[in-house]
Amino acid sequence: MQDQTCPAKPTIQHNSTELTALLVKVSQQRDKKAFAVLFEHFAPRVKSYVLKLGSDETMAEEIAQQTLLQVWRKAHLFNEEKAQASTWIFRIARNLRLDMIRKEKHFDYDDHDLNEVVDERDSQEKVINRNQHAQIVRTALRQLPADQIDIVRLSFYEGLSHGEISQKLGVPLGTVKSRMRLAFKRIKDSVGEVLI
Amino acid sequence: MTIHHHLNDDTLMAYVAGTVSESMSFVIATHLSLCATCRNKVKEMEKIGAVSLEDETPLAMQSGALDMVMGMLDNDFDEEITPPANDHAVSSIPMPLRQFLPDDLDQIQWKNMAPGIKTFPLPEIKAGNGAVRLLKISPGVTIPEHGHCGAELTLVLKGSFSDEVGRFKAGDVADLDEDTNHQPIADTSEDCICLIVTESPLKFKALMPRLMQYFVGM
Repeated sequence: MQDQTCPAKPTIQHNSTELTALLVKVSQQRDKKAFAVLFEHFAPRVKSYVLKLGSDETMAEEIAQQTLLQVWRKAHLFNEEKAQASTWIFRIARNLRLDMIRKEKHFDYDDHDLNEVVDERDSQEKVINRNQHAQIVRTALRQLPADQIDIVRLSFYEGLSHGEISQKLGVPLGTVKSRMRLAFKRIKDSVGEVLI
Repeated sequence: MTIHHHLNDDTLMAYVAGTVSESMSFVIATHLSLCATCRNKVKEMEKIGAVSLEDETPLAMQSGALDMVMGMLDNDFDEEITPPANDHAVSSIPMPLRQFLPDDLDQIQWKNMAPGIKTFPLPEIKAGNGAVRLLKISPGVTIPEHGHCGAELTLVLKGSFSDEVGRFKAGDVADLDEDTNHQPIADTSEDCICLIVTESPLKFKALMPRLMQYFVGM
């Protein structure tokens, strides 16, 4: 039996475009080989992500397995026009973690709902290589001022609410919220510069 | 539907990170189903989540995990794959709220709450110390001036109201933090129906509304 906390053995690296293409194969052809590749790539990352958010080893393993099982079961709902594989799987992992650990539902929105407005940004986004897009967000995150990085990290990586962040850092709630807004504005602007 | 009042970016960031309560996520998701502007922002924010997932150092799964999950792929899972009913023709109510209501807002069984104010609670949604409910406010009726200990979101489904901030019509959401006092009034000849979530009980400024709060559990 493997030591559970050891890093996964290095596997072939796949970029976002390849991973999304694999998910499309699962979605359209129920391709089990493609699913196995997605599992090898994402399950160890979901496990690590859930563990970092404060779960124990057993729960992190369980959530990682369940997330990938849901990827298979919900694959027909995946739309490559609207999301990349990693974004879609992040949503599934987040919702499942809240459901299983906090025992609360995280309600998701309906992407195909009434009042769908055709937004120009959608068509512009299609032009840009999605792999590049993720890279821009990654770079923009790294370039945030320290006080903004801190609150994004506490929120996304440690799962703290804005109220909890305010207590932990000893700054007013309004400051946490305004830093969060500024962080998003910077990221959005970085993406926007490339889109134009 | 042209939407003029949106969710704050910090609210959307908390929603995407998964740090809002179940009841807050319920109202946020309902607004998102109506609002392409907020939905586009959320999709940008989800990339932060995607990047954080991609950049995790992979941790080895238990041996045999892949085989075990592969073995479950052909199991029956009919119930899980059923997508939410998407019968636009039947209902004009956005998801996920639609799951908890009759097809038409006119068919809701309202309960009297105060003169000119009716309520429809949504007990299926966990709301902690706060509450999530629909309110139906008769034309010209005011919700007494109040503040909040926590956040409050008010999403208009039908009709409109005005408060100190502005005028809110169908699809608009008032995203208020704990520092805000407001006094909404239904400002047309039509009933105003809204979906409201509070994180903690409302704080009314005057004595009479406080008594009302005691008697009606607002």
